[in-house]
Amino acid sequence: MSETIAAISTAPGEGGIGIVRVSGESSKEIMSRVMDNFPDNVKPRNAYFGKVTDGKEIIDEAIFIYMESPSSYTGEDMLEIQAHGSNVSLKKILRAVLNCGAYGIRIAEPGEFTKIAFLNGKMDLSQAEAVIDIIKAKTDLSLEIAESQIEGRLGNSIRKMRENLLDILAKMAVNIDYPDEDIDQVVNDEFVNQIRWVLLDVDELLDTASIGRIAREGIKIAIVGKPNVGKSSLMNALLGEGRVIVTDIPGTTRDTVEESVSLGGIPIVLIDTAGIRDTDDRVEKKGIEKTEQAIASADMVMLVIDRSSDLEDEDNRIIKFVEKMNGEKILVVLNKSDLGESIDEDTIKKKISGVTVVTTALTEKKSLEAALKVSEAVGKMFGIGNINPSESNIVTNERQIQMLKNASMNLSDAITMLQNGESIEIAELSVHYAYDSLGKIIGEEAGEEILNTVFSKFCLGK
Amino acid sequence: MEENIERNNNEYEIIVIGAGHAGCEAGLIASRMGKKTAMFCTDIESVAMMPCNPSIGGTGKGHLVREIDALGGEMGVNTDKTLIQSKMLNTSKGPAVHSLRVQSDKRCYHEEMLKTVKNQDNLDVIVSEVVDLLIEESNVEKDIENEEKTISRKKVIGIKTADGRKFHSKEVIICTGTFLGGKIFIGDEVTLSGPAGMKPANEFGENLKKMGFDVRRFKTGTPARMLSDTIDYSKMKEQKGDENIVPFSFLNEDKNFDIEQISCWLSYTNETTHKIILENIEKSAMYSGNIVGVGARYCPSIEDKVSRFKDRKRHQLFVEPEGRDTKWSYIQGMSSSLPLDIQHQFYASIPGLEHAEIIRPAYAIEYDCIDPTTLKPSLESKLFEGLFCAGQFNGSSGYEEAAAQGLIAGINAVRKLNKETPLILGRDQAYIGVLIDDLVTKGTNEPYRMMTSRSEYRLLLRQDNADRRLTELGYKYGSVNNDRYDRYQKKKKRVDKEIERLKRVKIDLKLLKRFLIKYECENKSNEISKEIIARRRSDIEEMNNQVLADILARPSIKYVDLAEIDNNMPSLSINEQAVVEVMIKYSGYIKKQKTEVEKLHNLERKKLNEKIDYNSIRGLRIEARQKLTKIKPLTIGQASRISGVSPADINVLLVYLEKNRREK
Repeated sequence: MSETIAAISTAPGEGGIGIVRVSGESSKEIMSRVMDNFPDNVKPRNAYFGKVTDGKEIIDEAIFIYMESPSSYTGEDMLEIQAHGSNVSLKKILRAVLNCGAYGIRIAEPGEFTKIAFLNGKMDLSQAEAVIDIIKAKTDLSLEIAESQIEGRLGNSIRKMRENLLDILAKMAVNIDYPDEDIDQVVNDEFVNQIRWVLLDVDELLDTASIGRIAREGIKIAIVGKPNVGKSSLMNALLGEGRVIVTDIPGTTRDTVEESVSLGGIPIVLIDTAGIRDTDDRVEKKGIEKTEQAIASADMVMLVIDRSSDLEDEDNRIIKFVEKMNGEKILVVLNKSDLGESIDEDTIKKKISGVTVVTTALTEKKSLEAALKVSEAVGKMFGIGNINPSESNIVTNERQIQMLKNASMNLSDAITMLQNGESIEIAELSVHYAYDSLGKIIGEEAGEEILNTVFSKFCLGK
Repeated sequence: MEENIERNNNEYEIIVIGAGHAGCEAGLIASRMGKKTAMFCTDIESVAMMPCNPSIGGTGKGHLVREIDALGGEMGVNTDKTLIQSKMLNTSKGPAVHSLRVQSDKRCYHEEMLKTVKNQDNLDVIVSEVVDLLIEESNVEKDIENEEKTISRKKVIGIKTADGRKFHSKEVIICTGTFLGGKIFIGDEVTLSGPAGMKPANEFGENLKKMGFDVRRFKTGTPARMLSDTIDYSKMKEQKGDENIVPFSFLNEDKNFDIEQISCWLSYTNETTHKIILENIEKSAMYSGNIVGVGARYCPSIEDKVSRFKDRKRHQLFVEPEGRDTKWSYIQGMSSSLPLDIQHQFYASIPGLEHAEIIRPAYAIEYDCIDPTTLKPSLESKLFEGLFCAGQFNGSSGYEEAAAQGLIAGINAVRKLNKETPLILGRDQAYIGVLIDDLVTKGTNEPYRMMTSRSEYRLLLRQDNADRRLTELGYKYGSVNNDRYDRYQKKKKRVDKEIERLKRVKIDLKLLKRFLIKYECENKSNEISKEIIARRRSDIEEMNNQVLADILARPSIKYVDLAEIDNNMPSLSINEQAVVEVMIKYSGYIKKQKTEVEKLHNLERKKLNEKIDYNSIRGLRIEARQKLTKIKPLTIGQASRISGVSPADINVLLVYLEKNRREK
């Protein structure tokens, strides 16, 4: 089987619709894995409405179209996922596609769909030159981007990891190719330890991927709470303007309201939701459904509670609703402190484990103070306060993340093999794959380096 | 030594220059494939001579010998006839990297090979120094890219010898080894000489340069030979051969090798040795600047080792007997180009060698070779049609590397005569493929030696399955005869049948538990922790429906172990058992490597015409244009391995190919 490639094929930026495109033999398998309600008999070239899932949560709703070779743009089997145009969710969809475990899936190279289309006879001759231009231009561009990163700290830390792997690979090579030499034969345990150190570095870098993603794509925050606790006031405070209608009548916000704001340089998307409560009102019911969706697609939830009175059934229902989420992604805002203090922080912390709690009084005078408190808490929750993007290693690029994951997986494999008593030439393969994956991040492929290291470090020969 | 009588007015179909390991393979295979062949050497003693170490095989190299054998070559057979010690290396590791190495009786090796070439039909051995090639400018043909332009072709039509005789042939294969421009260095003493004091071939080297060959100098070295009965073995550690001798040749699999093996001996240098060497280092030819040739990093002289690795208190060396009935011993690990008096001093500082007599001093030898990127993957020269090159002349080092190229050059010379496609082995098919592809695509700036680390597909290219990889192919290309092919077919059937059986036969659970606990827990208790044992035990409890193949796939179980729970085990040869074991044990990894191979094949299937004008292709970077023009790769895959050709350039080439295809 050949490889399957995937990429976002609509222009970056907010648009009404965005498309993730997949081409290759695994297209159908990918559809079955990322489509929540995958139908039994998928007909080619038919549009299917469904939800996109990464196996854990629903990312977005989308139209799925499967096309069979040769009747497609590239001439291979293809899948198009037409979703909402938000950059954030398109990237999540792409990530879900790349991580779904389908055979031979990888991110597309610049101009690759077009190249395959041409090679499969899907374009006429006059387009050949244009294809070359695309390949060249995009390659130059990505080269430029890659080069700027290669020069930077990211490049340095990848290079350091590769140096360590090179050392391991050279030792393995010597062990395999020079069994007779007077060289300390390294035992599996030593290799395991050395590989572990590199794996730690790789995983650490991978962890920054989420921060990198935040820096680039922003944080999506859903503001929830029963009606009239001050959700819209909180949003306005954060936005610094009165964009959302604020009244004393419960249920004023019946639809979700989305706004973008920058908090300390981090782009934040705020979704003000309708309050959740039992209702017969049809319009409001619709609003509640939308709230559920908003929570599902958000990176974190701000739960606003009126602390001046005791928790009501409605509060408890909402708490039940959000407590399924990871507590680390929930910020409880205890509002209306100025009107009374019936609920304290500990009560909430006992109810939902791991949450962060802040107390506010979102009156006109104190709204700025409240906004600062809340954004500080958000910053802490995402570890943004400690990070200065220009000085740290942050992995932002999807391709880099894939390569790091690949390296991480292969290194873990190597460790397992060695621990199970598998011999080194088998584990060597996985270490080698990891080495190559890291090399691809900085555009260096394995060549003679291993042998060069062998000869410079070990005394060999007749 | 008598010469074969020269027949037919000096007319041959194929002429081989040189009768070393490359030359013998080339000459034998060409004549066996039915071509009238002549093999020239300057001295009959040089036929299959082993001028350096008395051993054949080892990691990577042993794989090459197996592959040569699987394709119908002679090296494996001749080695089996003349071995005095045999050892399977790397047995502490997985079967994929087991490597066979033997100590050979040098004299016997030469004599047996000489017998074989002399008795070979269609093959004449001629002792005469070749000094020039006969070239004909012919076949003026139209350039396919540009009808206006015509290309003149230079074709080799024969050779000229030092005594002025001319011999004509359709194809010529150069296998001159280290004879071209040979220069021997011992301290500041410089002698014009071929290996082992034989006459060098200087005129031929000069003429090749005049003809436009890119000739350069490489260097190699060899240690001293000592008189065996002056060595004190009581101070050294004995290195015995394996109890069971595994043959190199697949034809000898059933043969019983009932021979008395001869031991090698291990000793070490010490600080006194190092002091002597360091104090005299400027007297070494390597350090005095006399030698311009480039040496191999994997084959450093003792002065190199001592000065580069100053923290090492000792270096190991092996005393290897050069044969059964000789008093010569080879001091492996101690090559040098220091003057003889210094050699006496430092050798004598080594335990066991205090009173040992030097029969022949260590020396460095410098010789002419070519840039192998001037060759096609078939080993035919890009400069002269009908001229093939093999062995050390191409910048490789080692008997096995030479023999492998000789065999392929021989096969391809015949194929060309027959107007058939050449045999080009892929990197995924054979170490021979890796060797030749590396040489002709990447070139080399030191004598090239095979190592398993050079292969991307180590788990596929094993020494146990060389016949499964190559014998069928060799048969198709005409280098494997019916007898070998029939034997191979029968063996393949036995192995396949056994694998199929192991995948089918289920094992009684009770029996299995006892078996696994014995092999995985009890036998290993001092190696692994108690928790792991406990975990293993509970894993075993949960096993169900296991077939023999599942059991064999577990790391600590060997094929022979299965006999305890398997009553129907067929009797297979040691090699057959190894193949069965690896194919089952590593099936997962093998599959993984095969998907990598598939990627390679996609690129190898896309052919590039050698007449493409890369300068006219828009979008290629300048460096890529230059490199592609020089190497003239045959496939996109080969192009992608050229340093300086980027993935973007490959994309441009792919589009160019498709555009061309449609325009036609």
